[in-house]
Amino acid sequence: MSNDKVITATNLTKKFGDFTAVDHISFDVHKGEIFGFLGANGAGKTTAMRMLCGLSLPTSGEATVAGFDVYKENEKIKKSIGYMSQKFSLYEDLTVKENMEFYGGIYHMTDKFIKEKTAFILDHLHLQKEANTLVRSLPLGWKQKLAFSVAIFHEPGIVFLDEPTGGVDPVTRREFWNMIYEGADKGITVFVTTHYMDEAEYCNRVSIMVDGRIEALDTPSQLKQTYDASTMDEVFLMLARKATRVEM
Amino acid sequence: MKRRFPLSIFNFQFFAFVKKEFFHIWRDKRTMFILLGMPVVQIVIFGYALTNEVKNANIAILDNSKDAATASLTTQLDASRYFALEKNIVTYKQIEEEFRKGKIKLAIVFPQHFGEDLQHFNKAQVQIIADAADPNTANQLANYATAIISDYQDRVTNDRRLPYTIDTEMRMLYNPQLKGAFNFVPGVMAMVLLLVCTMMTAITIVKEKEMGTMEVMLVSPMRPQMVVIAKAVPYLLLSTINITSILLLSVFALELPINGSLALLGFESILFTLVSLSLGLLISARAASQQTAMFISLVALFLPTIMLSGFMFPVENMPLPLRIISNIVPAKWYYSIVKSVMIKGLGIAGVWKETLILAGMMTFFLTMAIKRFKIRLA
Repeated sequence: MSNDKVITATNLTKKFGDFTAVDHISFDVHKGEIFGFLGANGAGKTTAMRMLCGLSLPTSGEATVAGFDVYKENEKIKKSIGYMSQKFSLYEDLTVKENMEFYGGIYHMTDKFIKEKTAFILDHLHLQKEANTLVRSLPLGWKQKLAFSVAIFHEPGIVFLDEPTGGVDPVTRREFWNMIYEGADKGITVFVTTHYMDEAEYCNRVSIMVDGRIEALDTPSQLKQTYDASTMDEVFLMLARKATRVEM
Repeated sequence: MKRRFPLSIFNFQFFAFVKKEFFHIWRDKRTMFILLGMPVVQIVIFGYALTNEVKNANIAILDNSKDAATASLTTQLDASRYFALEKNIVTYKQIEEEFRKGKIKLAIVFPQHFGEDLQHFNKAQVQIIADAADPNTANQLANYATAIISDYQDRVTNDRRLPYTIDTEMRMLYNPQLKGAFNFVPGVMAMVLLLVCTMMTAITIVKEKEMGTMEVMLVSPMRPQMVVIAKAVPYLLLSTINITSILLLSVFALELPINGSLALLGFESILFTLVSLSLGLLISARAASQQTAMFISLVALFLPTIMLSGFMFPVENMPLPLRIISNIVPAKWYYSIVKSVMIKGLGIAGVWKETLILAGMMTFFLTMAIKRFKIRLA
């Protein structure tokens, strides 16, 4: 196995009773890559992501994250990854600073590290004035950027983003993607699920899941060429129409 | 090194979590005041307003005799703290009118020649008429009136003792003044602890599920068991404050004695708090929304606690199935312990059985809750 691969999956499968949510998927993600994980609702992308995050045990198949086995070493995986969901997962009744202190705390960071990192992030996001503001009263776009900063607060090698831009306007989405690029430039591997096809174009490589299987996996430009389409949207529709599963 | 590794369960990570929980409670001022103020309000309401002791019930007297004996009896009835003489009436028909109007709770009829009969034949009759639309009160009032009348009889017959009399002497053990507070203070303690611990713990955990923060916790290196324990700590503290304020109010405002050991009472209260916390954790593992958590807490816990713990209604008089069910209500055992320790002054020897039952319940609920949490991870 090459050191370059930070996530590997081989025939990864998850069954719930008779229902196969994830059906023998195989892929690798490289260090520093922005990996788009696409699929319609119910295609199985959330289930696949939960297995990689150590939230759910696979039924069969192999997978490693940051070099650790998802069956046996999920405690080690948890220390090496960051996670952000579409709900942003900040505590609304805590201030910006308190949220950072809390997340730093649960990742075993020292007081000194937390202090320096908090100052750095606030400075970087131009949020110094809002340090003691309750998250509740911040605009959605700020919350989202803050949530991303919190997800990589402990400087993980990999960050999983589960539909991170849901409900946000295009300008803010664009700014958010700039943050993702910055993270990737620093060597953080980004594993992102999304519904927005324009975002798919921003990814280095994209996989498209249909009915629990990966139907396509390549760079956006290669995919467009293969399917003779002008946009990722067309590629996605072509593949997603094959779906037989009813939306969950 | 930027990482600090866990040495024990009381590490930095744990404290960060507990601190956050305190922020949640502190920032939600309304809920916090309800949680801390509720026991005070309940004690005041139960202590001063809601009481099943009857005081100053209005009565009417129909005195057909009008002699020294009836006059004396009338004065005594009126003077007692149970009764207040609403009016003297003159015809029998009026009695019913007064009852209908709801002006009186009890009527006493002295027949003609009451005093004479008493003096000459050592025997006289009195009629007591009570409004049995409320049977308990009617019974109680009739008993009070009978007691006052027989008290009078004892005094007049004192000089001329009857050859055979049986003097019954009553002693009301542990609660000589028959104060209602002896009954409801333990009940309120059980209710408050259950509310704070079970409902609030269940709600805060379910809230994290709803907000999506629970998922982030589970992805973090924080162990799920630790999340659960850290959640419970602030509520344990809040409960300690509540127990203290209830006991202080009981002792200083309601003049209740603490006859047994305060340490034992504290220990048992913490045990019950832990049972309630475990129940809250169990509920939170099952409920998907805050409303569901609240509903389960209310229906599955509060109603049984109020109905079956013996606090409102005596369990001994219930049908067998209910008596059996009452045994699985934790509050029943705690209520019994508090009464034994606080009022009767018993030591651990008197309550070890109940203590063991509570400890067993705690172990069971906690094991179930943690198991549920682990299953959710698989």
